[in-house]
Amino acid sequence: MNRLTLFGAGIILILALVAIFAPFVAPYDPGAIDVEDALLRPQASHLFGTDLLGRDIFSRMVYASRIALSIGIIAVGIATLLGIMLGSIAGYFGGKIDSVIMRFTDIMLCFPSFFLMLSVVAIVGPSIFNIMIIIGLTSWMGVARLLRAEVLSLKTREFVLASRALGAGDFYIIVRHLIPNGIGPVLVSFVFGIAGAILTEAGLSFLGLGVQPPHPSWGNILMEGKAVMGVGWWVIVFPGIAILVTVLAFNLLGEGVRDALNPRLRRR
Amino acid sequence: MGFFLLSAVFFLNTAFSDEDRPDFGGMFVTAGIGDARTLVPILASDSASGEIVGMIFNGLVKYDKDIKLTGDLASSWEIQNDGLTIIFHLRKNVKWHDGLPFTAEDVKFTYEKLIDPNVPTPYSGDFKKIKSLEIIDSHTVKVTYIEPFSPGLSSWGMAVMPKHLLAGENLLLTKFSRHPIGTGPYNFKRWKTGQRIDLVSNHEYFEHRPYIDRYIYKIIPDISTMFLELQTKTIDSMGLSPLQYKRLTDTPHFKKNYNKYKYPSFGYTYMAYNHENELFKDIRVRQAINYAVDKQEIIDGVLLGYGKICTGPFIPESWAYNENVRPFPFDTNKAKRLLKEAGWSDTDGNGYIDKKGKDFAFTILTNQGNDLRIKTAEIIQRRLKGVGIKVEIRVLEWAVFLNEFVNKKRFEAIILGWGLSRDPDCYDIWHSSKTKPGEFNFIGYSNPDCDKLLEEGRRTFDIEKRKEIYHRIQEILYEEQPYLFLYVPDALVSMSNRFKGIKPEPIGLGYNFIDWYVPKAEQRYKSK
Amino acid sequence: MLRYITKRILQLIPVLIGITIISFIVIHLAPGKPTDMASQLNPKVSQEAREQLEKIYGLDKPIYIQYISWIKKVATFDFGRSFVDGRPAIKKILERMPITVLINVLSIILIFFVAIPLGIKSAVRRGSVFDKTSTVFVFIMFAAPGFWLALLLMSFFGVKLGWVPVSGIASLDFENFSILGKILNVGHHLILPVLVASLGSLAGISRYMRQSMLNVIHQDYIRTAWAKGLGEKDILYKHALKNALLPIITIIGLSIPGLLSGSVIFETVFNIPGMGRLMVEAVFSRDYNVVMCGLVISALLTLLGNLIADVAYSYADPRIRYGR
Repeated sequence: MNRLTLFGAGIILILALVAIFAPFVAPYDPGAIDVEDALLRPQASHLFGTDLLGRDIFSRMVYASRIALSIGIIAVGIATLLGIMLGSIAGYFGGKIDSVIMRFTDIMLCFPSFFLMLSVVAIVGPSIFNIMIIIGLTSWMGVARLLRAEVLSLKTREFVLASRALGAGDFYIIVRHLIPNGIGPVLVSFVFGIAGAILTEAGLSFLGLGVQPPHPSWGNILMEGKAVMGVGWWVIVFPGIAILVTVLAFNLLGEGVRDALNPRLRRR
Repeated sequence: MGFFLLSAVFFLNTAFSDEDRPDFGGMFVTAGIGDARTLVPILASDSASGEIVGMIFNGLVKYDKDIKLTGDLASSWEIQNDGLTIIFHLRKNVKWHDGLPFTAEDVKFTYEKLIDPNVPTPYSGDFKKIKSLEIIDSHTVKVTYIEPFSPGLSSWGMAVMPKHLLAGENLLLTKFSRHPIGTGPYNFKRWKTGQRIDLVSNHEYFEHRPYIDRYIYKIIPDISTMFLELQTKTIDSMGLSPLQYKRLTDTPHFKKNYNKYKYPSFGYTYMAYNHENELFKDIRVRQAINYAVDKQEIIDGVLLGYGKICTGPFIPESWAYNENVRPFPFDTNKAKRLLKEAGWSDTDGNGYIDKKGKDFAFTILTNQGNDLRIKTAEIIQRRLKGVGIKVEIRVLEWAVFLNEFVNKKRFEAIILGWGLSRDPDCYDIWHSSKTKPGEFNFIGYSNPDCDKLLEEGRRTFDIEKRKEIYHRIQEILYEEQPYLFLYVPDALVSMSNRFKGIKPEPIGLGYNFIDWYVPKAEQRYKSK
Repeated sequence: MLRYITKRILQLIPVLIGITIISFIVIHLAPGKPTDMASQLNPKVSQEAREQLEKIYGLDKPIYIQYISWIKKVATFDFGRSFVDGRPAIKKILERMPITVLINVLSIILIFFVAIPLGIKSAVRRGSVFDKTSTVFVFIMFAAPGFWLALLLMSFFGVKLGWVPVSGIASLDFENFSILGKILNVGHHLILPVLVASLGSLAGISRYMRQSMLNVIHQDYIRTAWAKGLGEKDILYKHALKNALLPIITIIGLSIPGLLSGSVIFETVFNIPGMGRLMVEAVFSRDYNVVMCGLVISALLTLLGNLIADVAYSYADPRIRYGR
């Protein structure tokens, strides 16, 4: 493990603690409106200043970390599960099933997925839950391809053939042999995926389709900040940095995991 | 030329110094968040199309600076038979931009298109009340209504279209929609989709040649980008958000280059209750909510003070407004008392009031894309928590909001705004016959007294009598609280101070655009 | 080669049809009709007027019938008309497409000329100060939300310093410029958008390039080359680079949908009248025909991008042509 990976992991750990203990970390109620205190600069009593309604930005960002992490993890969890299922089925059974699943994957890959997300959010409405599902449903394709490739090469290995000769069923082989042995690259893509999902939520929020008020999310705090650009730089700068640092941390961790799993690089 | 002399005399008479004599030339660049959709006047329903259409076309009547109806293409009119008939005398010597004369035929043609079932115009409603439209002579038309209909006169502010160019055309597909020809102060020049629309002044305009030669409408979909453009002087004018108006314009650079204007907008924001919901059937509950919400706090917090408390369906500048209706004060105790009277109290000690074992909880819906409404909802949410009412907020995309929730009455409370026409008739919003899906009394409000007054209001032409009627309607509505009336926001505008001749009036700013000018020395772009 | 390309093009057809079916269903499931925007909540629009609008547009029929009549028309390149302004959907898309494509092509070029040398240099000098600083920089760029960067750059370079225009693609007096002036003017306007559009992918691709280069230089044949005593330049830029570039070609091809999606954001921020903005507007106003046309065209662009990448790949690596 190199220092950058440790740095990433450390940030994620801190972030997780902040998210879990948000009520103890945040000095104010994130929804407390006080029009008198609107747009205060960063100062001792308001570390990151206040927004247009006089809410403490630091407190809002603390609570928003819960949303960022849960959207990241759950959305990518959904995508990964879907990808594992489809990828392993396609790789294992091959033939018609494989080509149907892979054609479908190709189709999904060709969508500018952001347009698709916009349309879907328009149907179901932008709640936290819906956003997790939508991001999940539109980002499983990479995992499916990865796992399929792994399964394709694994399924002709001796231990799999042996297991089959011993009478193991398809399901057993997929779940006990193929998925555990092919999971490495998927793990890497899981970590990177979280970073991507956090950015996606921010992008949706920017267009007004992300997490909705009064729930604070980094994306929607930032979007509100856009309106005060010029007088309230702090509203736009801090949540941006939070997103950047979090995404950076996940990317660094992802790189670390990949290097750890890549035997050729480990050798050196 | 004749006119030029006239205007010179006018300016001397009103003791303007020589230097203030308007110069011709210059260019006015304004911006809006959306592109125009069509420049066929009777199909144009969005604000961008409306703005451009307003520069290119004229109606028979228009509102003057004091919000009174005055002639536009009609020089005068007579109302006969107790309001059943209106006779319009049209201006003579008015020419379309292509040089052909404007006549009564054009008025008749426009009317026929408005009521044509194959033309999807949103404006047909008022014109369906017309029994017949006859041409008396080339410059006189007689309009006969089925029954007296006082809002009818103002509906003739609808832009008149040229028959000779549009007869036989499909209005949805016609080239005219992107190359309009009108009678107005500006001629259409060019439309770069998604970027800008260019107009040039009509030297033959029947009032007089506008001083400013070019009018450019830039499309900038994001209001903060628009403001940056204003600061870099690539646009001359824009509507500001309260925040921009108050805080961002407080810089030396801004003060040196721009003027700011503020006038009441013609609309109000409200929270509507679903009257079919048990929670809101009790008038005491609705009144309690009004006491529990500090309207001034919303105005201060959301509009930064740029607005007035709304006390009914009319805005203070309207003649229909009844100033004896006072807003309920912010009084949490009174609210709690009223709720208690209505049977709501916190029996289980969870912080929320309840009745028959159920907490008082409801969801406010509003549309996304409108920050002001969302913030308003957040403030209401906080305040109602103070009297033990639990409020959730749900923000929905516009189309979903309307179709799935408003029209199907699947809501408890919604925050919305009404833009008002200058005529106070609000039959469609409050009359108990207008509650079908897709109609505007979507809250299901019904009050026989109010119904009768609304019907009377649109049958009466005498303005003093109408005043009495609408004053009474406002009293009833504010007492009954079918909506929680919230605020009337101010329209906030900033304008480069190169432009002279701007005189803010109750109607707003743009009414005398043709008299605006830029002194020669300050004109920026060479006209081509 | 020709056979390979023909085969690939034929394979695209079912994919395209699949895309249209999915899009059509998603879009038509969305509550709300295009007629809403023009008419709803305008107290002067009656219910009959609204129903009349729907009938005129044929929205009262079941969805599969709408799809069949749609696909029949599309086969003749008729994508129907916009519900918003009655103009042909394809015309609306095509007039917005050049600027989006221009920005994306410029970004790809920028990515190619910055990311690849950056990646190579990092890989060759693995562990050096250059590698470390470029890695940190690249990671930060990769992690920053694009619109956030856009806003920061815009308020700094556009408003504060006044070096570049804040938004739009041309100045107001554009018509009066000479041809060269016009090109310079547009170029001046596009600096920030192109930069923002490429930063994210630039970071990603330089990482891939570094990785790919690292993989290659540890391959046996490169070691052999070293052993044979060939010069560093020859080894790195003749032998290693060609092979290391192969996966990058595919990745650039695959990143096209991402770039198109990104155009939504930067076209909104920088007020560029391109396809991304049109698509968002169309989704919000339920302008079915324009949305469908946009999805089909962008899918087509993506498929085309992938095809070009694949062909380039197979050209560079003949093994591909005979596999599968």
